[in-house]
Amino acid sequence: MLAKRIIPCLDVDKGRVVKGKKFKDIKDVADPVEIAKRYNDEGADELVFYDITASNEERNIFLEIVEKVAAEIAIPFTVGGGIRTLEDIHQVLRAGADKVSINSSAVKDPQLIKRAAKKFGSQCIVLSLDAKKVEFDKWSIFIHGGRKNTYRDALEWAIAGETLGAGELVVNSIDVDGEKNGYNVELTKKIAEAVNIPVVASGGAGTINHFQTILEPGVADAALAASVFHYGEIYIPDLKNALSKHNIPVRRNT
Amino acid sequence: MITIIDYGAGNIKSLQFALEKLELESILTTDPDEIKKARAIILPGVGAFEDAMLALKNANLVHVIQEEVTNGKPLLGICLGMQLLYETSSEGGISKGLGLIEGKIERITDTVKVPHMGWNTLSMKQNSTIVKHVEQNAYVYFVHSYYASEMNASELVCSTAYGIEVPAIIQKDNIIGMQFHPEKSGKVGIQLLKNFGGMVS
Repeated sequence: MLAKRIIPCLDVDKGRVVKGKKFKDIKDVADPVEIAKRYNDEGADELVFYDITASNEERNIFLEIVEKVAAEIAIPFTVGGGIRTLEDIHQVLRAGADKVSINSSAVKDPQLIKRAAKKFGSQCIVLSLDAKKVEFDKWSIFIHGGRKNTYRDALEWAIAGETLGAGELVVNSIDVDGEKNGYNVELTKKIAEAVNIPVVASGGAGTINHFQTILEPGVADAALAASVFHYGEIYIPDLKNALSKHNIPVRRNT
Repeated sequence: MITIIDYGAGNIKSLQFALEKLELESILTTDPDEIKKARAIILPGVGAFEDAMLALKNANLVHVIQEEVTNGKPLLGICLGMQLLYETSSEGGISKGLGLIEGKIERITDTVKVPHMGWNTLSMKQNSTIVKHVEQNAYVYFVHSYYASEMNASELVCSTAYGIEVPAIIQKDNIIGMQFHPEKSGKVGIQLLKNFGGMVS
């Protein structure tokens, strides 16, 4: 039986993992390779790395990290951030990433998804979308870190993404992100029902119970989270044991 | 020396790293002479069936692979690389494969999500050295939209359940196919690659 996936997400800045600001002005950083190894050993099913840097020089540091991670872990990982062209995709795949996650660039140029899927295969093209509720039962796609409304309907964009050739969708809910009050079940379920490709839920994880709810049949195929793992609030083996007890299929024999 | 056939796009680095860890020497090549010299061949794979066959044809590799494998050289086909071993695929019209194994490749039906992406279990159908030290229901990582739909049951080593029974590991003498990615399947995958290494004398 296909297992539901648990995916820690790591932001990488200047070659280090940024764990956000837990306390004011204190930025916790760590070595991405070490963190990747730890999550791998703990039983993470996949990892996501977001490059939050901008310059070309820093991009090369990031690519070196991708290669180091690939050398150290034997689980799939996705790279996101700064993917704008087919050449960007080629570079990260060649460095050892399994999938690329495309967000704003796809909104600006939807054909990028199509070209990328044709060239590299749908299996490695992930469409990541940032959605925010704009009225009752309606969500809109936002870009630039959730600052700019594109007035594109989230459900329509998800369906378009599948049609263009994306092999997976990541649904980030801006409304619940960072709140730790649970994933956006309503939005994730709506999208999962509208498409026939895997759907990854993102944003809002705070407790083991939240994972359980989002990974129920018919909702998400995978759950992505950052801070609950980074700060040791949820230990992956505990999470998987709890999910298994609730009959949610998870991989435990790592 | 194991030759990994390099026919373009995709992540081959993880496979190289996995082989390195196992101290199995490998080179990435499209040189027919290297393939002839090698003790084993790995045909990796991501992307589309027709494009991959075209790339093999353009590099004049089809005949070399067929000849070397027919002469008994161990070959491991991974993901699309496994599919290429069969006679035909319905991906993007009907395309001819390497024809080393009888059977054809079809798209997974839409009763389940396509692609089949994620960790799924191996159900053992018969014993083989390729699955030595691998437990029943061990998880491996799949990502594919097509599968070997018509094949000889005698060649099925492991299957996985995804709407239908999907052949996961197939073997015909010296030819092995893995529909999942052993290089991405944690310790289980490393063991499977180690077992393949053991077939390389």
